[in-house]
Amino acid sequence: MSPNDSLRLPPLLLLHPDDNIVVARRDIAAGERVELDGESFLIPATVELGHKLARRALAAETRVLKYGAPIGSMKAAVARGEHVHLHNLRSDYIQSTSRDGNDGH
Amino acid sequence: MRGYLRKDGRKGIRNVVAVAYLVECAHHVSRLIVQRSGSEDVHLIGFPGCYPNKYALEMMKRLCTHPNVGAVLLVSLGCESFNREELRRTIHASGRPVDLLVIQQSGGTTRTLNAGLDVVRRMRAELAKQAPVPMALNELIVGTVCGGSDGTSGITANPAVGRCFDWLIENDAACIFEETGELIGCERIMASRAITPELGREIEVCVEKAANYYRIMGYGSFAAGNSEGGLTTLEEKSMGAYSKSGSSPISGLIKPGDIPPRSGLYLLDVVPDGEPRFGFPNISDNAEIVELIACGSHLILFTTGRGSVVGSAISPVIKVCANPDTFERMSDDMDVNAGRILQGAELDEVGREIFDLVQRVAAGETSKSEALGHQEFILTYKQFEPIGPACLPAA
Repeated sequence: MSPNDSLRLPPLLLLHPDDNIVVARRDIAAGERVELDGESFLIPATVELGHKLARRALAAETRVLKYGAPIGSMKAAVARGEHVHLHNLRSDYIQSTSRDGNDGH
Repeated sequence: MRGYLRKDGRKGIRNVVAVAYLVECAHHVSRLIVQRSGSEDVHLIGFPGCYPNKYALEMMKRLCTHPNVGAVLLVSLGCESFNREELRRTIHASGRPVDLLVIQQSGGTTRTLNAGLDVVRRMRAELAKQAPVPMALNELIVGTVCGGSDGTSGITANPAVGRCFDWLIENDAACIFEETGELIGCERIMASRAITPELGREIEVCVEKAANYYRIMGYGSFAAGNSEGGLTTLEEKSMGAYSKSGSSPISGLIKPGDIPPRSGLYLLDVVPDGEPRFGFPNISDNAEIVELIACGSHLILFTTGRGSVVGSAISPVIKVCANPDTFERMSDDMDVNAGRILQGAELDEVGREIFDLVQRVAAGETSKSEALGHQEFILTYKQFEPIGPACLPAA
């Protein structure tokens, strides 16, 4: 399959049926219409390849599942399709760091 | 495949002359010897510290008697604490040509350099006479490491390496995965794959040790590039890294310098024992690679999402690129484009490509990093206790 064919593949990837997040298979522009759980969904903000979006609305303290395994807890509520990252998800083990010195908490 | 037979029965897939500095003060002279030898088969390794360290001595012994190493030149300044005679004796007993130059006795930089070039020339001539013998997959040890992971690593390159590991182990090779600090969150799943409950318990304890160690350091094994690439938490990175191990049962838990006693899958515990003393367990990816090599790894499968360019001294490094955009940007450095899994390729197809490439590189084909001259090496202070009896159940 060539990279051009990949444009026809669904841009959001569900890695495990239990997951409450999906992963961007490629960069997806804000306003792009994609399929999420069989429904058409408008991407609210540009998301880069490999980043996570909420599969459904998630309340604060929700355990986030990826590959069917817990990868941390929400520290703020998010709407369906919202970017899930350092600003709203924290480790249940050790805090994460980023280049500007902000941590995941 | 073919290999160079050593006295201990192991076979090497390369026939390298290692030039080893025994303190930073001998680094420059050693580097000059390697550079001016004009050969890609002369590799620079060494230990920078002046204070003695049991771990560093044991690591240097393992590295200098690694099957890919055919001969060794040791370069000492003269006043450092490294036990150069013990290292020299160990290499000599392994049947390898070994020479020791002490800069303070040789008369300084230029005289040591000239003497070193003579030694290396003689060693290369001797190694050139050695004919390779047939080598099978059940004589191969393969290590895996990830570096510059991103949100694609756990979906493409890591599970593809996992498939390759499963097939290598089916063919009676030994495979090693590591960095317990990057397996935090996977301890229970890993323990359930151990061949005995006692080994499972050891695995859980060693991940707990890693979590405590990193907590005291104040940072998990999580770099800025990981989050820029879409990874948010250490346990998320762990789940992705864990998939490199494939699905074979875990046969043992080893520490740096322990060589897998037979085929199977082994977890390498790289986090020091005791109170944290010398800083971060592994300050960069090459520190992990060097430990995998000290455990006998003939070659290394290195998965990367953000795009690492490193190779290693002693053992070839194969780059498996997880991210299709990174592959496009850095294709000169990448051996395998696992990112095409995101574009519809099958995991098994990429796993098969890695499996085939492992055998070709073992047979002498150069990997990308090897051809580009990457021979990075780093060894720092650590301390370890020997593994317990439950760690190698079938031994």
